[in-house]
Amino acid sequence: MIIAISWRNVWRSKLRSAVILIAVALGIFAGVFTWAFYKGMANQRINSAIKTEASHIQIHHAQYLNDPDIDYHFNHVDHIKSVTDTMSGIAAVSTRIISSAMVMSAETGTGIQLIGIDPVQEKQVTDLFAKIDTGNYFQGNSRNPAVIGDDLAEKLNVDVRSKIVITLQRADGEITRAQFRIAGIFNTANGMYDETNVFVRQADMWSTMGYDDGVVHEMAILLKNNAYLDQVYTILENAFPDMDVKSWREIMPEVNLIEETMDVSMYIILIIILIALCFGIINTMLMAVLERVKELGMLMAVGMNKWRIFRMIMFETVFLSMTGGAVGIALAALISFYFGRTGINLSQFAEGYGQMGFDTMVYPEITLPIVGQVTIMVIITGIIGAIYPAIRALKLNPAEATRTDM
Amino acid sequence: MNIIDVKQVEKTYNDSEVKVYAVRGIDLTFHEGEFAAIVGPSGSGKTTFLNMLGGLDTPTKGEIHLAGTDILSLTPSKLIDFRLHNIGFVFQAYNLIPVLTAKENVEFIMQLQGRSKKEREKRAIDLLNAVGLGDRLDSRPSRLSGGQQQRVAVARALASRPKFVLADEPTANLDSVSTSNLLDIMERLNEEEKITFIFSTHDNRVVQKAHRVVTIEDGKVMSDERKNGK
Repeated sequence: MIIAISWRNVWRSKLRSAVILIAVALGIFAGVFTWAFYKGMANQRINSAIKTEASHIQIHHAQYLNDPDIDYHFNHVDHIKSVTDTMSGIAAVSTRIISSAMVMSAETGTGIQLIGIDPVQEKQVTDLFAKIDTGNYFQGNSRNPAVIGDDLAEKLNVDVRSKIVITLQRADGEITRAQFRIAGIFNTANGMYDETNVFVRQADMWSTMGYDDGVVHEMAILLKNNAYLDQVYTILENAFPDMDVKSWREIMPEVNLIEETMDVSMYIILIIILIALCFGIINTMLMAVLERVKELGMLMAVGMNKWRIFRMIMFETVFLSMTGGAVGIALAALISFYFGRTGINLSQFAEGYGQMGFDTMVYPEITLPIVGQVTIMVIITGIIGAIYPAIRALKLNPAEATRTDM
Repeated sequence: MNIIDVKQVEKTYNDSEVKVYAVRGIDLTFHEGEFAAIVGPSGSGKTTFLNMLGGLDTPTKGEIHLAGTDILSLTPSKLIDFRLHNIGFVFQAYNLIPVLTAKENVEFIMQLQGRSKKEREKRAIDLLNAVGLGDRLDSRPSRLSGGQQQRVAVARALASRPKFVLADEPTANLDSVSTSNLLDIMERLNEEEKITFIFSTHDNRVVQKAHRVVTIEDGKVMSDERKNGK
């Protein structure tokens, strides 16, 4: 019955309860929706970084990442594949040969990273083929096709079928140049990526650089999902101790940082919101206690012990907080689901997002852990908010309280 | 059998270096089944005395034994538990829980005692029938008149099967008809079920009904009269 009394007490002063409920609901809505918004933004960046750029795991020559020299290559790809083929968490594998290079159009030139791929393998690992705006992704048998980003195309002032000349170092150390024709132009969310990466066929690069077939600098591994990351990573690291096995978290620390700092930032924002709400809750409950002195005095007089009085006030405060919290969470969930489908277009407000690798269309993501954590935080806020009013109630003298004129 | 045994009870307050006597050495005994009124003018000490009988206030000196228990030796939590199981309270302003119905108000005390739902419901209905409110079981206090609320308070006081009931000015806020009804009910419960009632009052209507009238003035018992040999 203590729970029933507490619940009914919440609705005793409807206007006062409504004011604090609306405040809690709006505060929680703001916190949860902001969290969902940034979660969506960060996940897009992470997914895009994994699916388009780095994959989940990469294997390199032990020296390559410290010093990306073309000499730090490896060619025992079949041996590595014999291990990866047996692992259930791996979705696909693609090998890449990589070199720094200069690209020149008829008008201008710029530094790029030239990546030689097997288009069939690469399609299994990255979704770059799906981001082709114009042209195609290595279709047909044309000689020396290249796929470049739209920002680079703009910079070079070239289009599909334009010729570009790429200058790079050969395996023997000599400088060489080769002519490529643009087959397709891609557009990812990452402007920096689109301006600095050029894809060509692996075979064309081997012949241009004077390498034997099968020489690569990088093996990219796509997992069925991120949950397999630690397991697959550990197995590969143990299986190839002389190679450099890296997860996407190590390859792209700036992306990993987004994930790690976003949650911390959201906790801080929510805690600030909840501290502000806690003062409102304390004020409301203090008023509720002070106008109920006679009733509390009676309860103490007839034999309700202090623990029960404390619980009654605590339940009432938690109910008050939770009702507002539930409305706020429900509102945030509804709006997040809606914008999770339609997206929020920030292109008018934040052109720089694209340069940072963020998509200007944000799809908020509300997840059960977010709802669960916010719910727990609201309950804790309610309990903390109950302490001072409850202490005030417990300090009442029942003999005096029952005779108080209200 | 003595239900209340008070020996040399004294209560003083230190009001800016001056010792104020609220109660000065009262010796009193109440027996099971008494229907007694403690009367006296405002400030005479009757409410302080009643609070001490109910374990809501502690005397500066003296002894109080309730139903054979020295309540001054009890810890605060034991005292709360003792009140729950041994004393019924009726307050001047009814002090019902406004968010509970009449039946729930009566049941609540029994729930604090840990009684079963079935027992609670049956006793609450029986008691509310006994005070003439069998048709208002599901009414909240705001839907009841002052007299009806005080009758619910009497039912609540009896719900815990206390050894005695303390009523502090129970008729102070009631009109004459409600006062008469309430006193008739309490007198009937006293006669039929031998429930001990002790009132503090300065209402003559209560004094006339009481079987014993203890007059307190300046913190001392000035007279202790029993009517018709009761």
